[in-house]
Amino acid sequence: MLKDWFGKSKYVTVKKGEKEDTKEPEDKREEKQKQKEDDQLWTKCKECEEIIFNKKLAQNLMVCPKCGYHFRLTALDRLSITVDENSFEEFAEDVDTGDPLDFPGYQDKLEKAKRENTINEAVITGEAAIEEYPIVIAVMDFYFMGGSMGSAVGEKITRAVEKSHTSEKPLVIFSTAGGARMQEGMLSLMQMAKTSAAVRRLHEKGILFISVLTDPTSGGVTASYASLGDIILAEQGALIAFAGPRVIKQTISKKLPEGFQRAEFLLEHGMVDRVVERKNIRDNLASILKIHRTGEEF
Amino acid sequence: MDENKLLDFEKPLLELNKKIEELESFMKEKNIDLSSEIKRLEKRAENVREEIYNNLEPWQILKIARHPERPLTLDYIDQITDEFIEFKGDRRFGNDQALVGGIGLIEDIPVTILGHQKGKDTKVNINRNFGMAHPEGYRKAMRLMRQAEKFGRPVVNLINTPGAYPGIGAEKRGQAEAIATNLMEMSGLKTPIIVIITGEGGSGGALGIGLGDRIMMMEFSYYSVSSPEACAAILWKNSDQAEEAAAALKLTAPDLMELGVIDKIIPEPAGGAHKDQKKAAEILKSEIITAVKELSELSEEQMLEQRYSKFRDMGEHIIKPDQGKIRENLIDEDRKEDDQSLKRENIQSK
Repeated sequence: MLKDWFGKSKYVTVKKGEKEDTKEPEDKREEKQKQKEDDQLWTKCKECEEIIFNKKLAQNLMVCPKCGYHFRLTALDRLSITVDENSFEEFAEDVDTGDPLDFPGYQDKLEKAKRENTINEAVITGEAAIEEYPIVIAVMDFYFMGGSMGSAVGEKITRAVEKSHTSEKPLVIFSTAGGARMQEGMLSLMQMAKTSAAVRRLHEKGILFISVLTDPTSGGVTASYASLGDIILAEQGALIAFAGPRVIKQTISKKLPEGFQRAEFLLEHGMVDRVVERKNIRDNLASILKIHRTGEEF
Repeated sequence: MDENKLLDFEKPLLELNKKIEELESFMKEKNIDLSSEIKRLEKRAENVREEIYNNLEPWQILKIARHPERPLTLDYIDQITDEFIEFKGDRRFGNDQALVGGIGLIEDIPVTILGHQKGKDTKVNINRNFGMAHPEGYRKAMRLMRQAEKFGRPVVNLINTPGAYPGIGAEKRGQAEAIATNLMEMSGLKTPIIVIITGEGGSGGALGIGLGDRIMMMEFSYYSVSSPEACAAILWKNSDQAEEAAAALKLTAPDLMELGVIDKIIPEPAGGAHKDQKKAAEILKSEIITAVKELSELSEEQMLEQRYSKFRDMGEHIIKPDQGKIRENLIDEDRKEDDQSLKRENIQSK
């Protein structure tokens, strides 16, 4: 959340999953404490290693002022910089995750993700407005189990598509995902079919669907609804892939070309309409919505 | 029986087979009639095999699905059609050898058949890219499916792939877009689509031609969101736990039947399709004909509606009405001021 940017955001505190070890020697603990305090003040850019004050980073929408590296956003942060203030009305918030396969360790991982995040699943869905143009919006969250798509995520996305279908409001989906959620096995894979079939109905009815790809979007999400927008925007520098770079490297055992699978690479190969800086996404969306709206009235 | 072609869990059969062979050669050499003893052993071997195959672990099923002797798509096409003509190319980039397709007659029914094609030996397998298709493969498939729609032919898709190919060219040419488009288009294709997983059903690469009105699995095939090896490596950082992953992923036909992912299990001859290819193809053929007949009784509208709701209902989530909306938290009153200044700055910075 925006408010977190001014002191205690999860991007800017210590690494996730790090636990206090009580058996640590005193000096080490102190060192850690100091590190923690430092981390609350500044963040090192992952790209250029520039030391950025957190306040400055937040004001710059979590983009490095020096090199333009885009830090990953939570779904709530994304919402708050994208939609009109107070316009967001959540739906499908009651859809929650089961454990249909009784998969070893899944419950624990889910609980941990729920504890560490403000939202209950890797996507949040609702109705909102951008520059007063009403939309249906779904925003995925990479911090929740790597943005992976299981049954609940697929269901929420599908409900967003259906809401757009019945309300005839344009659909905007911000994607970020590691792929299908393994712990729900084939049921996760089937969400690709389910969401894509729903998107088809949206296109048939002539409703606008804008897909925004953010860092990283890969696997089953890229290979379903995220690639099916009328318009596909990609956030600057985002990794967008079917198979992740590690898998490809392993398979072909060769070095991957510079900039491979980045937003700019996809633009060059005709896979996305535009690569957009974070600060311009809202404006881009507003323009597209405006032009489509004008068409309707014509 | 060739020792090398036996899977490790079939080893109990090995001794029996050896004994039978010994007796046979002994009989020939010494000219003594041992046929009743041989028959007895053969009967026992059959029982042992049945016992093994009735109690297979998921990991063992996976091994049968990957068996190098298992019939491949073109083998099945050859057996189930009276005539078949292969068509090639996606009209965009090239012809993918890992995904084949064409038209043919199954009895007197004209069909479009598509399928992943592996090779039986390394050389052919390299040509066929081990059955791992590129975007042009999926686009060729879509082209042929649209053609089938135009001429009102049912589509039969035979799935046997470890997955869609993860490579530089595949990414450049939009592997994800190709699969996504297929899913969207297949969900509305105005002709019946019958899908059969014959061997490996590897993730998105399988699903890329896997959306249809009837989804069936051969008895010893598997269908999985990820290979158990990759799953174990990612989740448990240990690919040695692939066996456990295979069980946890619920990738066998009976498991997927229970989860509502597939409609039917197609039985295989004793010991797997590779033990009796002809019989396996016969069973497959009759299942395809049954499915075509069933689907031809539906109106186009009914068929598409059923297809849609079949996939719409897939997945299992729970409803928790007390979760509460997070909207209240979204804008913190104390920080509203800052929010606005931030947005202002944002606008100014443009």
